[in-house]
Amino acid sequence: MKSSVIIFPGSNCDRDMDVALKKFGFENQMVWHNDSEIPKSDLIVLPGGFSYGDYLRCGSIAGKSRIIKSVIDFANSGGLVLGICNGFQILTETGLLPGILQQNKYLNFICKNVFVKIKNKENKYFKNIKKEVLELHIAHNEGNYFCSNDELKLIEDNGQIAVTYCDDKGNDNEHNNPNGAIKNIAGIFNKDKNILGMMPHPERMIDPFLSGEDGSLFFENLMGSI
Amino acid sequence: MIEVSEKIAIEHGLKSDEYKKICDLLKRTPNITELGVFSAMWNEHCSYKSSRKHLKKLHTKGDQVIQGPGENAGVVDIEDDDAIVFKIESHNHPSFIEPYQGAATGVGGIMRDVFTMGARPIANLNSIHFGSPDHEKTKNLLRGVVKGIGGYGNCIGVPTIAGQTCFDESYNGNILVNAMTLGLVNKNKIFYSKAAGVDKPVIYVGSKTGRDGIHGASMASAIFDDKIEEKKPTVQVGDPFTEKLLLEACLELMAGKSIISIQDMGAAGLTSSSIEMASKGELGIEIDLTKVPCREENMTPYEIMLSESQERMLIVLEAGKEDEAKKIFDKWNLDFAVIGKTTSSKNIELFFENKKVAEIPIDFLAENAPMYDRKWIKAKLPKENNFSKDDFKSLKLSDCLNKILTEPNIADKEWIWNQYDHTVMGDTIQKPGGNAGVVRVHGTNKAIAAAVDSSATYCHAHPLTGGKQVVCESWRNMISVGAKPIAITNCLNFGNPEKEKNMGEFVECVEGITEASKYLNYPVVSGNVSFYNETKDKGIKPTPSIGGIGLLSDYKQMIAMDLKSEGNYLLIIGKTEGHLDQSIFAKNILSNHKGPPPEINLFNEKQNGMSILNLKNKNLIETCHDVSLGGILTAVSKMAIKGNKGVKLFPIEGLVNKFEYFFGEDQARYIIEIKPEKLEIVEKILKKDSIHFDKLGVIESDQITYGNDLKISIDDIKEGYKKWLKEYMVN
Repeated sequence: MKSSVIIFPGSNCDRDMDVALKKFGFENQMVWHNDSEIPKSDLIVLPGGFSYGDYLRCGSIAGKSRIIKSVIDFANSGGLVLGICNGFQILTETGLLPGILQQNKYLNFICKNVFVKIKNKENKYFKNIKKEVLELHIAHNEGNYFCSNDELKLIEDNGQIAVTYCDDKGNDNEHNNPNGAIKNIAGIFNKDKNILGMMPHPERMIDPFLSGEDGSLFFENLMGSI
Repeated sequence: MIEVSEKIAIEHGLKSDEYKKICDLLKRTPNITELGVFSAMWNEHCSYKSSRKHLKKLHTKGDQVIQGPGENAGVVDIEDDDAIVFKIESHNHPSFIEPYQGAATGVGGIMRDVFTMGARPIANLNSIHFGSPDHEKTKNLLRGVVKGIGGYGNCIGVPTIAGQTCFDESYNGNILVNAMTLGLVNKNKIFYSKAAGVDKPVIYVGSKTGRDGIHGASMASAIFDDKIEEKKPTVQVGDPFTEKLLLEACLELMAGKSIISIQDMGAAGLTSSSIEMASKGELGIEIDLTKVPCREENMTPYEIMLSESQERMLIVLEAGKEDEAKKIFDKWNLDFAVIGKTTSSKNIELFFENKKVAEIPIDFLAENAPMYDRKWIKAKLPKENNFSKDDFKSLKLSDCLNKILTEPNIADKEWIWNQYDHTVMGDTIQKPGGNAGVVRVHGTNKAIAAAVDSSATYCHAHPLTGGKQVVCESWRNMISVGAKPIAITNCLNFGNPEKEKNMGEFVECVEGITEASKYLNYPVVSGNVSFYNETKDKGIKPTPSIGGIGLLSDYKQMIAMDLKSEGNYLLIIGKTEGHLDQSIFAKNILSNHKGPPPEINLFNEKQNGMSILNLKNKNLIETCHDVSLGGILTAVSKMAIKGNKGVKLFPIEGLVNKFEYFFGEDQARYIIEIKPEKLEIVEKILKKDSIHFDKLGVIESDQITYGNDLKISIDDIKEGYKKWLKEYMVN
């Protein structure tokens, strides 16, 4: 399986993602933002970080970068596009995913382990994961997902909510919402479920000596389902 | 052009006799640009004029040392061609004036010091000291500093893995922000600041130069008065995004062979970086200031030379490599300009609009900079307190424990480190909140432990003992995670060196640091000095911060402090004599601030530490935590909270009362958790090695108990311990 990680100026989880993808068997390549073509890939990843310094708005300048047209074409032709953290923000800025990511409710950067509940397994990203609740890690200042009521209804009706913040038992209520995201949303799909944007970082949870190992389940499934 | 006079010189922070010396050296009156250059190089921050004499005494050698003090950062060998570049630096004055930018640029500056040497930063740490929590400025300063540290480090993508936060009213008018960075480099590919060869191009890369931070270094060499608000323009403004690009571009250029020397533009900007490179290479340097990329119009040579705009580097390249280098900086969208060349004149010569605007022999600025042997007084060891039975009569262990666990210096600091990205780079195997932060050396089995410590209370009570203690505490933190201590970096934060008492505190703390680091083979390889932490005649307590690093040859052997399993025993290594003077207990429970700090016995320190490592290597230890502020009961509580397990404490023996035993701050002690089946062998080894130990208790239930005297649930103590800072910041 071939994957491509796009590096924008200011990306800083590109190496972590590269390590994770390779660990689970992907043949990964790094692609520079100023290139106009992406080598043949089964998966494109927009990594976390602060692309273009997050100036203007998180992800907004990356959403207009030279490489992004190829990402959009790839996504529109059904290719798998995964955006983590800043990558999620970029995907909303391009319009590939609905909604926006606002500053966290309590206005602070948050770096900690969280639990997320898998809301939809009818897709390549979560298909064969046996667990219902994963322990992942967040590190962001703008992860407070928001969209209009009409959009929310569409997202819900189409099963586009991918993961929601919850406790270790899967209760996804306001007590387990770290950043104020509407409906505890931590990650969403596009309508066809080939695009996934999520705030938590599975690539930081791939080793028992790190924060945990549930990220491994994510990558194992991804490798197996493509 | 401004006419230079003694008055103008004094406004630049120079003393009358220093100005006279400048005129004598030059045999003429300097022009304003030259005066600016002198004032930048001769201030305390850059010249170390009050401290140099004493810093020479520091213990800086060891087989592990590749580069000691004097470079951008220290370098130590961690085997297999890997080396760690690290340093701590203060950004106190700017952070008090403008907490967000002050702290942010402190982090940015120290990271540049590290990647200037060719190392990729792999971890950040910090030590921050604030005034009393009740002081009107404390909350906002704390909030701003934490946001600034996070704002910069998070954006660059370097994990902040450990730190220290203290509160004491002596910092009401002068907070401390000390930032530390560790970087990883191949030991055969280290870059230095010493220029070599004549007619080599001098290159400016990074951000454009603006009017921010002019005289920042002079500001950091002065005491504060009522007008500090006016000093805001001297605070630099950081742009972590540009620094991230600069980091990647520099490392890309460093992969080739075109760099002769490289130096970041930190304090005193272009002035100190150009002079330092030339001075170390015994060369001259010629700079055309017209070619310096500026972000504001009509900047004068004076402003360009003294600006402390951030994210800039100066490079001496091999001639002919300019195009190759420029391509890399173009790729990263950074300015690149050939602004001058090295010369054989041994002078710094500055040109602007085709006119020579300054010429100064470099020796005058570096070697001939003033050096003072300031007067100092030796501190007396305070008389010991003689607590009587009555002092303890009405006290209950549980009340004391609750009070101590919610004491600002002890209470949990998660509110702070949750705002720092501590897991980016995917190698953080011990997060903040433990004995030390630990990161793996990427792609190897090795890991590096790092921690920052300070003990202003002890240093204030007796500087010599305090200086020793901080080094020992750092050493213990390395041991407690199972790492072999390697070396330290020190940030020496003190008051006004022109006062004999303050100077004495400095001299004796340095002496203490030297004695301990020599004995423990824990050399100082880098650091900085911050004097004049004084506002309206009130100085801070002497606060040397020690940043230590240690090596784990197998990261899987790391130990942590959370209690593991019921039925396991806790042993305390090291003798408990119940020293309460200067302890958290004495201050908070007995309201007593007198007496000497606990004594340091370096022999015991080394023996006890080595025995822990020995037990760890034999796989006999489950958990380890050193006993520091708050004594045994505080340490046990933290271990219990982290592991969510209770402890039954055994009856104590000997002459000390239970308060002295449980809250005394005797040194060189560790608490270790041992499986029952390994207890016999552990005891045998400790006895054979003549290590003093007591059986402290056994892990059971969800309470900490001591006979009928103490019964307290983990949930209860956890709540108070965890919530103090959060509530303080929210309310």
